[in-house]
Order: sequence, then structure tokens, then C-alpha cells
Amino acid sequence: MAVASQIVTSLLQGNRRAVAKAITHVEDRTSEAEKITALLYPHTGKAQVIGITGSGGVGKSTLIEKLVRELRRGGKTVGVIAVDPTSPFSGGAFLGDRIRMQDLSTDEGVFIRSMATRNNPGGLARATMDTVRILDASGKDIILIETVGAGQSEVDIIKIAPTVVVVLAPGFGDAIQAIKAGIMEIGDIFVINKSDREGADKAVINIRAMLQLGTQRGKWMPPIVKTTATTGAGVSELLEKIGEHREYLSTGEASQRQRRIVREEFEEAIKRKTAEHILNALQKEGELDNLISKLLAKEIDPMSAAEEVLNRILTRSKRR
Amino acid sequence: MTEKKIRILVAKPGLDSHDRGAKVVARALRDSGMEVIYTGLRQTPEQIVETVLQEDVDVLGLSILSGAHMTHFPKIMNLMKQKDLKDVLVFAGGIIPEEDIEPLQKLGIREIFGPGTPTETVIDFVKKNVQKSR
Amino acid sequence: MTAQEERDKVIKEQERWGETTVPSWLKRHPERKKKFHNTSELPIRRLYTPADTKNISYLRDIGFPGESPFTRGVHATMYRGRLWTMRQFSGFGTAEQTNKRFKYLLKEGETGLSIAFDYPTIMGYDSDDPMSIGEVGRCGVAIASLKDFETLFDGIPLDKVTTSMTINGPAAMLLAMYITVGDKQGVPYAVLGGTTQNDLLKEFFAQKLCIFPPRPSVKLVTDIVEFCTSNLPRWNPISVSGYHIREAGSNALQELAFTIYDGISYVEAALERGLEVDEFAPRLSFFFASHNDLFEEIAKFRAARRLWARLMKDRFHARKARSMWMRMHVQTSGCTLTANQPLNNIIRVTIQSLAAILGGTQSLHTNSHDEALCLPSEKAVRIALRIQQILAHESGVPNTIDPAGGSYYVETLTNQLEEKAMDYIDKIDSMGGVYEAIERGFFQKEIADSAYKYQKEIDGNERTLVSVNKYCIEEPECPIELLRVDPAVEEQQISRLEKLRRARNKTKVKQALSKLHDEADKNSNLMPTIIETVKAYATLGEICSVLRGVYGEYKELIVI
Repeated sequence: MAVASQIVTSLLQGNRRAVAKAITHVEDRTSEAEKITALLYPHTGKAQVIGITGSGGVGKSTLIEKLVRELRRGGKTVGVIAVDPTSPFSGGAFLGDRIRMQDLSTDEGVFIRSMATRNNPGGLARATMDTVRILDASGKDIILIETVGAGQSEVDIIKIAPTVVVVLAPGFGDAIQAIKAGIMEIGDIFVINKSDREGADKAVINIRAMLQLGTQRGKWMPPIVKTTATTGAGVSELLEKIGEHREYLSTGEASQRQRRIVREEFEEAIKRKTAEHILNALQKEGELDNLISKLLAKEIDPMSAAEEVLNRILTRSKRR
Repeated sequence: MTEKKIRILVAKPGLDSHDRGAKVVARALRDSGMEVIYTGLRQTPEQIVETVLQEDVDVLGLSILSGAHMTHFPKIMNLMKQKDLKDVLVFAGGIIPEEDIEPLQKLGIREIFGPGTPTETVIDFVKKNVQKSR
Repeated sequence: MTAQEERDKVIKEQERWGETTVPSWLKRHPERKKKFHNTSELPIRRLYTPADTKNISYLRDIGFPGESPFTRGVHATMYRGRLWTMRQFSGFGTAEQTNKRFKYLLKEGETGLSIAFDYPTIMGYDSDDPMSIGEVGRCGVAIASLKDFETLFDGIPLDKVTTSMTINGPAAMLLAMYITVGDKQGVPYAVLGGTTQNDLLKEFFAQKLCIFPPRPSVKLVTDIVEFCTSNLPRWNPISVSGYHIREAGSNALQELAFTIYDGISYVEAALERGLEVDEFAPRLSFFFASHNDLFEEIAKFRAARRLWARLMKDRFHARKARSMWMRMHVQTSGCTLTANQPLNNIIRVTIQSLAAILGGTQSLHTNSHDEALCLPSEKAVRIALRIQQILAHESGVPNTIDPAGGSYYVETLTNQLEEKAMDYIDKIDSMGGVYEAIERGFFQKEIADSAYKYQKEIDGNERTLVSVNKYCIEEPECPIELLRVDPAVEEQQISRLEKLRRARNKTKVKQALSKLHDEADKNSNLMPTIIETVKAYATLGEICSVLRGVYGEYKELIVI
């Protein structure tokens, strides 16, 4: 407990080393990790969390760099989490988003952390939610999460960020593909970056048409902002829209979403903990290998086996 | 259940723009299962050390071919000491004459890999010497 | 037998040889490798015969030196008339130290100057800029103002030498300094001869020494082309470079294709500016690396010449023969030098030089054997120069033109490289051109993949590097005396700059810099204004700072 509470105390005071160490604990899922997040939890909920997603090459990192600069000019402190995929073959990852933001690395009001998905499906790392909480608790006003939203399954960002910005660029990632990928459904704000390129206006028209055809979530109609991240054009407007969405989030309709996010996280935690608990118990009893052999020999099917195990463990705990 | 990975920062201090080696090594390290963060070119010692801190990396690899290592490396190692980052494994590569190796090792740079070093050597060195003390 | 019958018989006989003589030999003596291929990944056959060259027309494809398609050489008499220029890239420390090295090399027989600038100069930072700490004079000479440049050429008459300047971002400023020094020496613009590398496109994906983003950078390149076309008839405004692409890790084919594509892009930019192709094309020059695979390199140089000539004629409708000339400078490869057993590098440089000479280069730089360890020492650079001199005067190679021409192997390879390079060119065209390709990371990915493949081949012992993965020795060889740049150079430069800033006319500087800002906003040709700022002794950092403010800085796209 001592390590965890030391780190948390330090972190709450804004100590950067403690922030970094805490993130490593949750990433590595060390024995201190849960204690840290438990101690932190009451101190979270102040930061505005924004997800920034989009295909590779659309300019997310450059856009984030400009956003952070603008936010800093307005006196806000910012945390950035840049998530990149882990290679399913090697288990390694190249985390290169930070390169575009390196000039910010010595700004005391900015904390940037690169993170690999570690094969977690959905486009984020398992530790991303906890990392958001760490940065939140350490006093960051705004937290930006950069994630690759290339395929159909990289939509978990909505589970963590109440505001999701989808970034597109003319010629980078087909807009039609965006519909199939589910990206249209998750965006609260759409950005057409590299808007100095040909096709930008057309892209705006296309997106607007798709949005009008799609199912609207409540009263919020996702705005479309044109930006040129390399020059900073449109960034102020984007921040305005992000601010407007924050206001919308404080309405009753949006708090339903918040409730749903928290509920999903809780359900996920139950699933995870239950599975861990049961599998650990089976492992300890030496029962796991036995069961696997029975399954292979078709003596029992997986669902029935799980039911049996569950009943046994629940009965056992009832008896106690 | 712990899920530890070796996190390594590959950095290019100063104005040197030769990044072929840094990129090849970064890719090899990634292919060996590590999480590699790359700073890009033209980093100041302050930027590099702050990145080490924020990313909480286990290893720092410095690449330099401009001959300016005797200025930049001591600065980096000093800052590392100041920020209490002593447990980070530091190595370097590039064009570094034989006679500079000992003074650099005295500063805390554990190994200097010259031109022609096989990537396996670098990977093995990191795996053997990294301190994942948590 | 007619020629056609003879050729058909050869093909038949070759088949027979391959089915009878070879297999029986292979049974007892297997070949060293299962597959032989060159860096361009083209398979190398066991033997090349007329069967391989049967579709080559001598008149159409090989031709005569000095005539389209220039495969055999751009000049009618090549080295029988004039040897290649021996131009050693040099520079370190202060302007005085480099001036001394220039004079030494000229005395030892080099026939052209080539300036290596330090990193701060290349990036447009003054020697006293915080970004310059530890870097001043290390990789080249420190030039922060016209004053330094005057010292650099002290005692060197600019009407008697030609000078190549390896400078890109601040090329306009350094060119302005050169012509101003010439002016002060009384040498008219029309007499000044030399080259500015001024090839910004390759910076974005290979050398990475760009300051401004792609489009403003090419705008500046074109400013220089335009200015030279009207004012400096003997100056090569661009040296379209493949050297850095190759050193960054590409193979020979990629080096060839990407360089040519950059050349195409500069021609397009100049045409867009309103220049006539025959006005500026004769002064475009090229710069390649020379690596160890002797025949691949020879074929590469020949293919480059032919490809460029064809493109200039067919794509750009050039009419003058000189517009189709590809004049080139070659430097032996830096990345093939080993730090272990460094004297062996002399042999590598010799092979690479031979390739360049057999390839018909106009100008050659030979690396020194200690360059994997430091900048070349006097002794080492003298040996490097001697390599060229021995090849020139003792080997007999320059005594006939294109002696490798006609080799079934070389002609086949030349064809293959040209064909495959055209495939790349078509591909980049279909992508939308050079800016698109850079933005998508196309070049960067090709180079990174080749670099990684090369390293894996060495790691896996598929590729032998003597003294690196084979024939290694335990103890290091007797220590070479290494060149060390005195750290006091930095202090000297800083105090010089202080002096300069105090002594110069501050108003003039301010006015000139302000005018530069205005002209840059107006998008006019900046050369005349840059010359004014240089004459007023504005520093390089001050001038580049103005342009940084207008154009912004470029952050590279990383692809590993």
C-alpha cells in the first residue's frame, strides 16, 4: 500500500515523475495498479476528455499539437495520450505520434504519454481509461486521446471520451469507408483536415449529407470544421465546437451517456474480475488442465463447464 | 497478471540528421517485442530527458554521427541525474571515436555501439541489462 | 551465317550449355549461393550472352558519346579530352582552417573545390544560436555571415576555380555570398563557375536538412534557377542528388528513380515559373553515390544518362542537345565504409571510384579511409585524392570511352535499371507527383524497407561485409590519427559574431531584412534581396529567421 499511496500523494500534487510511474503501473497491471486507481478515483471527473480519431495520415498529431498550443495560450493544462497499435506478430510497437508534439515536451503544463494497444481490441489500450484518470487527478484541465480509427473495430474511444472528434482528410481514407467503419456514428465533431487540398469542400458536403441520413443522437448535431493543421487554420473554431460540446454534455440528455459509460466500465470490471477470480481458483485447485482435457475429449461443452464451475464456486462461498 | 514490456526511447540529440541507423535499430527493437518511442530529429538534451521522464522508459538509446556527442551526452546524463532517472539503461551509437568511449561510460552510458554492430547485439544487450524494477 | 542466324544459334547453344555442361559441373561444385541478385533485387544470371541483348539496337539505345541518348557519355571525347574534376568535399572548423585545407588540396592536385558546411550553417542558425551549441565547425566549416565567407576564399581567385557548395535550405544566401566575394575580387558574374546543391526535395525524405515546408522550398530553388539562368551562365543552380537517398538506405534502382523524379519535378517547377526548358535545362546537374557492386553502379550511371535524355526530349520537348545532357558528380559511398580495419576502406573507395569512372562521371569525390571514425585527416584525404590520380594516370581506364559498353552484362543491366526506374516514375506520376508522394511517405517507406532489408542481410550473414561479419580481428588495428575539431572554434565564432554585429551598419541590416520579409510575402524572386541582406552583413541566422517567419518550419514524416 505504501508504494501506491506514495505515488498517489505525489501525483495529486502534480509531480510528473509520479504521474509517469503511475501510468506504468496501470499499463503493466502490477500489483500496485488497482490500489493506485482506487486511491485516485475520488479525485477524478474534473478534466474534459476528448478523443481524436481518424485514419493514418490525416494529420491527427499535427492537429493535436496546434490544439495544445492554443489551449496553453488560454491558460489550460493538457494531458495527451497517443495510442498506437501493437504488432500482433512481434508484440512490439513503434510509438511515433509524439514526434509531432516534441516542441511541447518541455512545457510544464503539458504531459504527453505514448501507449501501445498491447493487442487490446477496439483501438485503445486497456490502461487508457486509468491513464485518463491519472492525468485528471494530477490536475490536467483537458485530456486528449489520439487513436487510430482505421477499421470497424477501433471505436472503443466512445467508452472513454465523452467528446469524440473524427478527423478526415481529402484523399486520405475514403469517406465512404467511414460509413462502413462505424466512424460516422461515433463522431461528435467532424474535422476535415488538410483542407487546403483539393476535395475538401466536397468532403464537407459528403459528410454533412451522411450525417443527415444517419441516426441522430439526441439534440447534438455534429458540426463539421475545416482545418489546416500545418498552419493552424481552423483550430480556434474546432476548440469552440469542443467547448460547445462540453456545455451540451452538462445537459440531462448527455448525462445519460455519462451514466452509460460508467455502467459499461463497471460491467467490464465485473467481467474481468470474475473471470480472473474463477480462473485463478481453478488454476490453484489444479482443475483447469483437467477441464481443458474434458472439453477436448468432448465430454462436456464450454458453456456447461462454465455453468458447473460457477455453481460450484458460488455454492462454496454461500456455505462460508 | 502483469504484462510488462520493455519501453525504449530512441533519441537524436543536436542537429545531426543521419537517422538511418536510429530507424533501423528502432525497427529491430520493435520486431523483437519492445515498445519503441522515437523522438525524431533535432532534440535538445532537455527535450530528451523530459521525454524519458514522461514516457517512463526503461532504456534510452542515443544516436549521433555529428561529432557533437561530447557536448550533448554529458548534458543529457547530468539532467538524468538531476531528475533522478538513474535506473534508466543508457546506450549510444553512431560515429564515436574509441578514445571517447571510456569518458562516456564514466558518465553512465553503459555501452557504445559503433558502425557495423549487428542489431541482435543491441537487442541482446538491452534484454540482458534492462532493469524492470517496479 | 547471317547475323540473325548467328544470334539464333547462340541462343540454342546457350540452352544446350545450360542443360549439359553446367549441371554436370554443378553436381561436383555447387555455386556459392542459391540465388545471386544485386541491391536493386534484380537477379544476376550466371552468364550474359547475345541472347540477352538481342533486342538492343546500338544506334537507338547505346549510340555515340556526345549524342542522344548519351548512354556512352555526355561529351564526344570524354576523358581523352579532359579528365573528370577531382573535387574533394571539405570543410571543418573556422573559415581559416578550411581555407588552409582548400589550398592544401589544390596543391596536392585537386581540380575543383567543394565546401562542407557545419550543421548550424546548413540549418540556417548562427554559430551563437542555442541550437548550435556543440555543433559549430564539427561536420563542416562554420559560416555565419559574408565576413566568414570572405575569409574562406582569402587568396583563392574565383575566376580560376569552380566551387561546389553542399547547401540546401540556405542555398540562396550562400550563393549570394559567393557572388559577392567574386564581385569584390573583380570577377564578373558571367565568369563564376560552380554548383549549389539546392535540391530540397530529397531533404524531405533522405537528408532531412530542410528548413521550410516543401512548396516554399521548391519556390526558393526555382528562384535560384531563374536568377542563374539570367545572371550566372556558368553556374549549376541545382545538383539533383541521389547520393543522400542511397546513403539513407535505398538501393541503386530507387536511387536512380527517385533522383530522376526529383529532376522532373524541378523542371516542372521552372516551366511553371515561365522559363523555357532550353534556357535552364543545360545547367541542371546531378549527384550520385557509387557503391560496391561494380557493374550495377556502372549500369546505373549509364541508365541515368539515357533515361534523362529520353525524358527531356519526350516529356519536356527539349530541343537543344545540352538540355538533354545529364552531367554528374559522384561521391563514393560513406555508409559502406567500416570503422573496423579502416585501411580496407581504401580498397572499397577504389572499386567505387572505378565504377564512377567507367560510368562516365564528370566529377568525383573520394572518401577518406578514416571517415567512419571522424572527418578526414590530411594524410587520409591525400590518399583519397591519390586513388583518383592513380586511376586517371596509371590504370589506362580513361584512355577509351565507355569501355564497359557492349558488355552483355552491362547493357542488359542498363536496360533493366532504365525500365524499372520508368515503372517507379509512372507510379509516382499516378500518385499525383512528388508532393503527394512525400506527404504519403512513399519515398520514406521504400527507403526504410530497403535499409532494414540490407541490415537484416548483414545480420543474417546473407551479405558479407569484410571485417564486420567476416574476417574480423580481435584487437583493433594500429590507431589512426583522427582529426579533432577544436572546441575553441565555437568560442571564436561567437566572439566574431559579436564583433560583426557591433561593427556593421545596423540600419542597413534592418532595412534589408524588412525588405526581404516584404518580398517574401509578395512571392517575388528573392535572390536580389538576399544579395542585399548579405552585403549588409546580416547574419545567416537573421536572414533565415525572416523566412522561417514567412514560410514556417517543416516537421518530417517518420516512417521506419
